[in-house]
Amino acid sequence: MTLSGRAAMPAAAAPAAASPPEVRAFVTPEGVDLRLRIGGAGERAAAFILDAVFLLITVIVMTLLVSFGATALAGLGAVGVKNNLSSVLLIVWLLGFFMLRNGYFVLFEFTPRAATPGKRILGLRVAARDGGRLTAEAVFARNAMREIEVFLPLTFLLAAGVGATNPIGGWLVLLGLVWTGGFALLPLFNRDRLRVGDLVAGTWVVKSPRERLSIDLLDAQVAAAGRFAFSAEQAGAYGIKELYVLEDVLRRKDAKTMAAVAERIRAKIGWAKAADEADDAFLAAYYGALRGRLETRLLFGHRRRDKFDAA
Amino acid sequence: MKDLQLKSQRFRAEREGDWRRLEGLLNRVERGSVATLSDEELLALPVLYRQALSSLSVARATSLDHSLIDYLESLSTRAYFFVYGTRAGLRQRLALFFAETWPAAVKGLWRETLVSFAITAVAAIVGYLLVASDPGWFGGLVPGALTEGRDPTASTKYLHDTLYHSEAKASLAVLASFLFSHNAQIAIFAFALGFAFCLPTAFLLADNGLTLGAFFWLFGSRGLAFQLGGWLFIHGVTELFAIILGGAAGFRIGWRVAFPGDKTRLDAAAEAGRAAAPVIAGVVLMLVVAGLLEGFARQLITNDAGRYAVALSTLVIWLGYFYLPRRRRRAAA
Repeated sequence: MTLSGRAAMPAAAAPAAASPPEVRAFVTPEGVDLRLRIGGAGERAAAFILDAVFLLITVIVMTLLVSFGATALAGLGAVGVKNNLSSVLLIVWLLGFFMLRNGYFVLFEFTPRAATPGKRILGLRVAARDGGRLTAEAVFARNAMREIEVFLPLTFLLAAGVGATNPIGGWLVLLGLVWTGGFALLPLFNRDRLRVGDLVAGTWVVKSPRERLSIDLLDAQVAAAGRFAFSAEQAGAYGIKELYVLEDVLRRKDAKTMAAVAERIRAKIGWAKAADEADDAFLAAYYGALRGRLETRLLFGHRRRDKFDAA
Repeated sequence: MKDLQLKSQRFRAEREGDWRRLEGLLNRVERGSVATLSDEELLALPVLYRQALSSLSVARATSLDHSLIDYLESLSTRAYFFVYGTRAGLRQRLALFFAETWPAAVKGLWRETLVSFAITAVAAIVGYLLVASDPGWFGGLVPGALTEGRDPTASTKYLHDTLYHSEAKASLAVLASFLFSHNAQIAIFAFALGFAFCLPTAFLLADNGLTLGAFFWLFGSRGLAFQLGGWLFIHGVTELFAIILGGAAGFRIGWRVAFPGDKTRLDAAAEAGRAAAPVIAGVVLMLVVAGLLEGFARQLITNDAGRYAVALSTLVIWLGYFYLPRRRRRAAA
């Protein structure tokens, strides 16, 4: 009875029910759900801080270069030429500052990676929420909003430093800070971690890690497999959740954890440990047996989620 | 014992080469070098992408190798963003922006533009009347940094000189770039403030209008209103238009966030943001023009007729560019 009930359930529905809270369904035109993961508030903040540091360093370097240039010019001869060149330097600085403040985020998010250096380091990228392409308009809109998310609260913070002596001004500044702080902290108050810019541009920031294809654990343990033979009952003691934990343990190769896990599995399945039996070989062999059994069951439509699942 | 060679292992062995090839191509593309791909590779990418997607579906249904599924998810996602990302060249996109996107976006905001204009105009009139009734208002309406000695106590001669005195030529470009970055920042700010339900944007526009009105009263009271008009509108047509458009873009966003209609608030905000963003990008360009006019043209053209001629022609050019009906190019595309 329970069996037929499970079989009727579509295979895709099972993992979705158990998926972690940051996963969002994202179906491509080909009909495959990519299951994007939302960038967390901490990662977003870290990426922004990195970008802010990069910006600050660039501004400082630019300012130093321009002022060095100006001092170098001061030693030059002809006054007319000197004035022209120093005003060129000033223009370079003025326009450079404007471009950095408004262009840094926009230009980097235009690139194929759709991420600023800070986001790249954190493995994040910007994407359109509706799954369409990320348009220039969207990138521009989401970054223009930084004016009220970053610079406006900053202005009030600076004003707080200046206006602290005047009690009425102080209260006004506090009010302004609370008001604008609301914009800055918006990502904390919604599920998708959207900031004001994301709301207005129809974008979100998703994780885009570059996973490496690691070896299949089954390939690694074929040599030692001969000496372990598990009964069907032993091989079926666990479900998929436990299999993933075991995979994780095997990939980390931490001797202590492996010993502890091996001990628990032996106890659970009633396996007598041989004198020269290594924990990692036992675990690898059991992983192979468990995965073989679960995958065979999977082909028949039975996805056994964990050891409590009767399927 | 039974053979340990699982179906999922054979599945992986058969397809791994294609995955690695796709990964290699994506690594190159993401480094920003789409141009280095050969035609053959460019054609192979979408095919490899669909293979990776189908591998992902199969792997989810049949394989319990968690790291493999993670890898395929990451690979497919990266490929998806490339395959469905924008690939038009910068030049094409710029051409499209000037030919269609920008004027169409400005035209689409005509209601908000009228409101923005009305607020500025009414505020200018109110500013004028306020200062006319009591010159004491002048100090309250015009920020001190802006006056540079141009207040009700200044002599008519001094006021007249501020309109025509020309600064050292080397500093004109500096002035132009300073004015541009300052004004552009305000326009972007007006756009962003729209999100707070329009009110701050309206306030910013009204403030701008009040200052304008107060200046007109000051110069008008000395019989210099016509001359001030030339001095102001030679660049002011472009600059005020840009600020009004910036306000309009802000209004669109604030209004749709406050009153989303039959859409969800999120969808309405995103739609308004996309409609308004090209306007703001264009406003920045308009302010480049305004900065050049203010920094150069105003200092070099010192007769009123010339200044009014430039002002009028900029007005005609902008209005024609934005609002004249034009034939739709490539309506199907």
